[in-house]
Amino acid sequence: MGNDFIAKTMAETTRAIERSIFASTFARKNGFLQHLDPRVKLAGVLCLLIITGLSATVEILAMLYLMTLLLAVASRVPLGFFMKRVWIFIPLFTAMIVLPSVFNVVTPGRPLFTVITFSSPHSFGPFNIPKTITVTVQGVMGASILVLRVATSVSLAVLLVLTTEWIRLLKAMSVLRVPEMVILVLAMTYRYIHLFLRMVEAMLLARKSRQIGDSSVKEAHGWIASRLGVLVGKSYSLSSEVHLAMLSRGWSGNPRLMEDFSFGRLDWLWAAFTMGIVILWITFR
Amino acid sequence: MEKNPVFEISKLSYRYADSDSALKSINMVINKGESVAVLGANGSGKSTLLKLLDGLYFPTEGQIRAFNTIIDESTMKDKKFAREFHTRVGLVFQDPDVQLFLPTVWDEVAFAPLQLGMSKSLVTEKASTSLEMLGIYELKDRTPYHLSEGEKKKVALASILALDPEVWLLDEPTSSLDPRTQGWIIDFILELSEKGKTVVTATHDLEIPYVAARSCYVLGQDHEIMASGPSRGILDDQHVLAEANLIHRHRHFHKNMIHTHIHRHWD
Repeated sequence: MGNDFIAKTMAETTRAIERSIFASTFARKNGFLQHLDPRVKLAGVLCLLIITGLSATVEILAMLYLMTLLLAVASRVPLGFFMKRVWIFIPLFTAMIVLPSVFNVVTPGRPLFTVITFSSPHSFGPFNIPKTITVTVQGVMGASILVLRVATSVSLAVLLVLTTEWIRLLKAMSVLRVPEMVILVLAMTYRYIHLFLRMVEAMLLARKSRQIGDSSVKEAHGWIASRLGVLVGKSYSLSSEVHLAMLSRGWSGNPRLMEDFSFGRLDWLWAAFTMGIVILWITFR
Repeated sequence: MEKNPVFEISKLSYRYADSDSALKSINMVINKGESVAVLGANGSGKSTLLKLLDGLYFPTEGQIRAFNTIIDESTMKDKKFAREFHTRVGLVFQDPDVQLFLPTVWDEVAFAPLQLGMSKSLVTEKASTSLEMLGIYELKDRTPYHLSEGEKKKVALASILALDPEVWLLDEPTSSLDPRTQGWIIDFILELSEKGKTVVTATHDLEIPYVAARSCYVLGQDHEIMASGPSRGILDDQHVLAEANLIHRHRHFHKNMIHTHIHRHWD
């Protein structure tokens, strides 16, 4: 059983990495964000992320969140899928963390409604529990701002990743002055993750095909440790060969990358849109 | 015809740091425009020899001259010389996953011309032409892990074709490929020869010397050259081929009898 658990975890981890990094279903759709030059898209999303991080009112954050939904629709990302992807994890956990702050115990203020009334106040060491525990307006506003801020930021990041192929996103990093060497290393890592994932999968299948009955957890741990060793060995010898292949084609340590980006009318529109939001935000904050 | 040596190898030996000799006392001359096959079983040192010819490894003993210049660490450290050398000599690695280290086919084909300092417009032209010549232009935005082995091999060839080198070094070009792609590769080698390119193919596929190489060198299991000469003569010498582990005794059904004979894969 232990062995099954480990094998399943490895297989699922492999699939999860593949799904999150290599899926380009939405990036190839004919939508608004997909048509943008990745450099201008990345720069625009970064501007919007900064504004989201600095916004401190529910109204502005709600409008920014609404904007991400509109962008998702314009980019042909199904709303149900998009919202599920955004809301399931990070904002949900954020909401759990900020939940205590809505009560008057943590955030005093105007009561919104009463949760419970005790016969008298209580004290636990330095903590005082008032006679009436209420949800306060100030507490709800503070929690809403945090949750909305996280949800909007995550939505923007998810939109960027969903609508841009990873390699184009990596190359677009040049706009942020990321050195070409770093981009090349990341690009090569992206290239070889897949090869190693296939290798891990083949190892799992090879073991499964020869296994009769259950094996102990200790034995499974030993097998995993040995396979990790094999993977390290293989990656070492592959890296030496890849280096030779690079040298053979003129590599001299100074990378030159080919970008096939082009700046069109939609890119101007997106740049104007994000700049407009920045100006509006500065004016009305 | 006047002979114009591209590679002159004398008394070359090579030893990896942690093992015995990979090559011993190799003497070879490869002339401009020749198509030469280096035959040998797995582990005989064929791939090592190609890496030495490409200036990636350097002889432990002996000497390699390419284009009348000694190829050693000091000459290859000269960036100008190394750049010119790699523009003239292209190596296609056996495993396409080694050669295709970038995320898309286009990046891969554009890599060498870019590194060798060509302008971006020239790189675009060369990459497009190479992909079109090999009939794989539609793969340009694909990622190597989505390609079949045959497609990967074609992309690896396109990545060298973008440089249009004078000398092609091909390491096991037909291994792990289906019969149709193997045939396509052999036709490609013939086309290179027709264009006057110098081609050195390391292989244990005996169809290549039979069809696409005029002369052969046979590397024995002791890592020395055990025979050399015109391809047809070498291929007819069953003793040499058997000793080099390139042919084997083979058992199979013949009507209702199992019989045994030397297996010649190339005819």
